[in-house]
Amino acid sequence: MAFEGLAERLQGTLQKIKGKGKISEADVKEMMREVRYALLEADVNLKVVKEFVKNVSDRAVGQDVMKSLTPGQQVVKIVKDELTELMGGEQSQISFSTRPPTVIMMVGLQGAGKTTTTGKLANVLRKKYNKKPLLVAADIYRPAAVQQLQTIGKQLSLPVFALGTDISPVEIVKQAIEQAKEEHHDVVIIDTAGRLHIDETLMQELKDIRAIKEPDEVFLVVDAMTGQDAVNVANNFNEAIGITGVVLTKLDGDTRGGAALSIRSVTQKPIKFVGMGEKMDALEPFHPERMASRILGM
Amino acid sequence: AKYRKVDEDFFEELEEILLQADVGFETVTELMDSLRFEVQRKNIKNTSGIQSVISEKLVEIYNAGEDDVTELQLEESDLSVILFVGVNGVGKTTTIGKLAHRLKGEGKNVMLAAGDTFRAGAIEQLQVWGDRVGVEVIKQSEGSDPAAVMYDAVRAAKSRGVDVLICDTAGRLQNKVNLMNELEKIHRVISREIPNAPHEVLLALDATTGQNALVQAQTFKEVTNVTGIVLTKLDGTAKGGIVLAIRNKLHIPVKFVGLGEQMDDLQPFDAEKYVYGLFADGLDLEEAEEIESDK
Ligand SMILES: Nc1nc2c(ncn2[C@@H]2O[C@H](COP(=O)(O)OP(=O)(O)OP(=O)(O)O)[C@@H](O)[C@H]2O)c(=O)[nH]1
Ligand SMILES: Nc1nc2c(ncn2[C@@H]2O[C@H](COP(=O)(O)OP(=O)(O)OP(=O)(O)O)[C@@H](O)[C@H]2O)c(=O)[nH]1
Ligand SMILES: [K+]
Ligand SMILES: [Mg+2]
Ligand SMILES: [Mg+2]
Repeated sequence: MAFEGLAERLQGTLQKIKGKGKISEADVKEMMREVRYALLEADVNLKVVKEFVKNVSDRAVGQDVMKSLTPGQQVVKIVKDELTELMGGEQSQISFSTRPPTVIMMVGLQGAGKTTTTGKLANVLRKKYNKKPLLVAADIYRPAAVQQLQTIGKQLSLPVFALGTDISPVEIVKQAIEQAKEEHHDVVIIDTAGRLHIDETLMQELKDIRAIKEPDEVFLVVDAMTGQDAVNVANNFNEAIGITGVVLTKLDGDTRGGAALSIRSVTQKPIKFVGMGEKMDALEPFHPERMASRILGM
Repeated sequence: AKYRKVDEDFFEELEEILLQADVGFETVTELMDSLRFEVQRKNIKNTSGIQSVISEKLVEIYNAGEDDVTELQLEESDLSVILFVGVNGVGKTTTIGKLAHRLKGEGKNVMLAAGDTFRAGAIEQLQVWGDRVGVEVIKQSEGSDPAAVMYDAVRAAKSRGVDVLICDTAGRLQNKVNLMNELEKIHRVISREIPNAPHEVLLALDATTGQNALVQAQTFKEVTNVTGIVLTKLDGTAKGGIVLAIRNKLHIPVKFVGLGEQMDDLQPFDAEKYVYGLFADGLDLEEAEEIESDK
């Protein structure tokens, strides 16, 4: 199937290079053709791939590689190092406000996993950080979105602030923050409706929510299976409302998840967590080097 | 198009546009080969009219020698069952709402089965759609066995003389063996009650999905014999290029496209319109730039 041959092809090329005592620019070129293919099959954005291949090629034809005893392995190491580097360090910590409550906004396309991640994140905040979170049902559009969050709240025994679907999300969030102050919730996590990055009305709504109290975190929730469009989505959300980090969901699947690289490279914002399942404990820190291996299929 | 020649730059640009539409490396390479051949054979020199040649070649890959079957294959005068399957969050439940609305509009008596008993709020979500469209929803409580829900629903549909029963299922990633086995069981229960059922097994695919969609289609086809695809969320900026490869390699036709979150946002699939959408915008954009720089 789609990805099976990938690692083999890469390794095959590597094997060929490895056998040679010397490697030429042509060998590097051949190698990089395979890398390009691997990255594209993994859904890394084409523009990001092109730039990446260029940078790595420049390094790979350098003197120290060419003269090394194991040039093939060197090249692969460079590829992996550069990928890991591009994806940033491990950054699963969360910024908290010095003026509680800390406000965290969850944003993203439809079906990405915002509501589920809202619950998972609240769970982490309670368990790991000893926080007292309040979940806010600010999706008034999707059928039963409020009930979904309420059910999750019940599962976790955490309170959910909801005002139904007739009051505007901006008003809901205003009141939620007031209530959080009164009841001494130190974190407020806002579950917003899924929206297209090109929907101006709904993007404006996010700006209005954002203006109520400067959020400490704005997490863009992205489906790990996303293809080439990930860069457009991430760029638009980031430009419109300014994201602080990314949560990559559904990584328990078998996608290579190249979107991680694309998003990271266009927004320069850290991937903070990954979703590894549907259950409330399935949120993990992001490991850049594991992700690099996964994208390359090795 | 008058401003450009069909040269290497043009081919390269087209290739990049298609890759960025998630068509995938292999399929793009196949297309480019056959396009180059065609351009040479017909001695095409400039880009006027090239769009239709590209479209043709893309449709050729899409059809892979088969005729287009976009219409639902339903019983004329008996109960038909449509089963929805797919990974998490792609749009199954929403599409069921839209399809119910569409079929009801055609004068059919429709019923829904709330087979997602797992995800928080899934039953309520389908119920909201049932209320919106004005069709009955058969459901049990959260956490109950989805196969049992299907059994109930088929019985209810039979006894009430329903024309089309549409079954929702929980989203599941194709690499989860247990969940895929559960789906197989759901499928089995339905077939046991009605010999030819489910008449359609529709796989919902999110247009923003990249190359993994091919694996999804392959695995769901193995487990539930998928008969068609609904390509959702085409109202965004993603093009859903991967269905080209899916149709070409697995012979699963796209039957509908989803174009929004409202009841009317479902349209029958139109191969020509779809393939045009894969590349035409991109080419136009580049042309506009070219005209600018020519000045
Ligand atoms: N396997 C898996 N499923 C996930 C993960 N995160 C979310 N999901 C599932 O993805 C689907 C969509 O999740 P939601 O939380 O409803 O997504 P959303 O972004 O809130 O959706 P909208 O509000 O409609 O935009 C559900 O079936 C979730 O159970 C994950 O990390 N792994
Ligand atoms: N823009 C757009 N959004 C859509 C479309 N189809 C569905 N959605 C949205 O995508 C999100 C997920 O849709 P659902 O119908 O809940 O998806 P699902 O496959 O049933 O999800 P699970 O049951 O959690 O696996 C919702 O916010 C829908 O409103 C579409 O064609 N366009
Ligand atoms: K789209
Ligand atoms: Mg939601
Ligand atoms: Mg559903």
